[in-house]
Amino acid sequence: FKHGICTVEILDAKTKDKLCFLDKVEPNATIGEIKSMFHKSHPQWYAARQSIRLDPKGKSLKDEDVLQHLPVGTTATFYFRDLGAQISWVTVFLTEYGGPLLLYLMFYFRVPFIYAPKYDFTTSKHWVVHLACMCHSFHYLKRLLETLFVHRFSHGTMPLRNIFKNCTYYWGFAAWMAYYINHPLYTPPIRYYINHPLYTPPPIYGEQQVRIALIIFLFCQVGNFSIHIALRNLRPPGSKTRKIPYPTKNPFTWIFLLVSCPNYTYELGSWFGFTLMTQCLPVAFFTAVGFIQMTVWAKGKHRSYLKEFRDYPPLRSPILPFVL
Amino acid sequence: MSAPAIGTTKTAHSDVAPKKKRGPGALATAYLVIYNVVMTAGWLVIAVGLVRAYLVRGSYHGLYFSIEKPLKFFQTGALLEILHCAVGIVPSSVVLTGFQVLSRVFLTWAVTHSVREVQSEDSVLLFVSAWTITEIIRYSFYTFSLLNHLPYLIKWARYTFFLVLYPMGVTGELLTIYAALPYVQKTGLYSVTLPNKYNFSFDYYTFLILTMVSYIPLFPQLYFHMMRQRKKVLAHVEEYKTE
Repeated sequence: FKHGICTVEILDAKTKDKLCFLDKVEPNATIGEIKSMFHKSHPQWYAARQSIRLDPKGKSLKDEDVLQHLPVGTTATFYFRDLGAQISWVTVFLTEYGGPLLLYLMFYFRVPFIYAPKYDFTTSKHWVVHLACMCHSFHYLKRLLETLFVHRFSHGTMPLRNIFKNCTYYWGFAAWMAYYINHPLYTPPIRYYINHPLYTPPPIYGEQQVRIALIIFLFCQVGNFSIHIALRNLRPPGSKTRKIPYPTKNPFTWIFLLVSCPNYTYELGSWFGFTLMTQCLPVAFFTAVGFIQMTVWAKGKHRSYLKEFRDYPPLRSPILPFVL
Repeated sequence: MSAPAIGTTKTAHSDVAPKKKRGPGALATAYLVIYNVVMTAGWLVIAVGLVRAYLVRGSYHGLYFSIEKPLKFFQTGALLEILHCAVGIVPSSVVLTGFQVLSRVFLTWAVTHSVREVQSEDSVLLFVSAWTITEIIRYSFYTFSLLNHLPYLIKWARYTFFLVLYPMGVTGELLTIYAALPYVQKTGLYSVTLPNKYNFSFDYYTFLILTMVSYIPLFPQLYFHMMRQRKKVLAHVEEYKTE
């Protein structure tokens, strides 16, 4: 517990060079404020890309940490690591999701240079293709709106290189799927008649399949949205507190009884529905890859819930009830 | 980019400055020694087979057929090395090793085996020879390292021969893929066209061209990585020698 004024010196974590010396620092100054002061003397390192630690190899201090509550003397020595160019999560999400929305529509409207010229600006004759476009567009529109109005982010920024990686994934897969679904030679799920001379078992269930797929898709979209709202309500605006999510009055949230990350469960369900609807192998691949990635994230989140909360409900699985 | 195997330079060998490595247990070491001895022997069989066939026929042409079976067997057997990394008895990256081995297996089965017409090409002999010499050195290197008796000659060979063998192998591989292109296009090998009930298509011809293009960024990276490893490994030994 200190009175008076402190001094802060900031060293490079790797070279141990003295980068900055701040005198006349208030003892109740936060790391966030120190970062602003550091930024003034080194304008190229804005606060978001600074990692300030007590130990060169230690964990980053939080912006909220107060100087006088840290184990330092009247002269505090901190180590700095450059996290690299940063970009805000909101920017990343808007770009990631805006791309697929627009790209799919380009394929849907058969913009020139994608398919043979005689198909330019034509539309598919299959009603399931129109339905698929509506579903896909609805999905990404929902994601964009959630990014702007629903989600509360723990971190403000992420490294810049992530946007290239993420956009390649989302944009690449969206284009790949859209190419086949909107292709002039697209084959929708068809019902064959058993007495037809060209019947080859097993029959594909056509309209029924698409109807079931649509129900699954819509159910999971509503479910996913419900979970996002429930998670948002866990955290008051501007705070970064963490609590265990529980089922609410909304039946779509009752899945919290069985699963830690039901947002991923519903997301998987949506894409499974979309695969069934379009009967398109690239969509199945996208669903599979997404499933693997979300399982990795769900397991990580589940583990950190277990670590952080002693009383975490034991019945819950990370992503699939009882199974995974 | 399969010619000399790279990513495995940081493996269970005491050739670079000593670091803390878990290393395999006694049983795993015994298994690995047997594995590497068998592989060394296998590639020696291929080498001998090539030389004998050349002496008998009197020409370099069509030697592939004389070693086709052992080549397929031992090159495919290398898939086990991915397992070794995954299980942890060899401290190499699964991804890097997987990439290496799979590209070799791809060339062996999906190009040379599948496109009969390229089997009599001289480019096949070019990469097979490069692979053979590389693998004999590499597997004997691992064998001796595991037994902690690595002759300097083997270490030197491993980090020097690649300078010639790597470009030689890459040239052979690229020429072989190039030779396969017209046949793949004509027969539509491994290709799927629209319309079909899974709404998917795949053009193997384009895929092969993209594979060839991928050598452009990948080969220099791997080659210079090996050169850097060479400096590190052989320079370190020089230090001891001058003491």
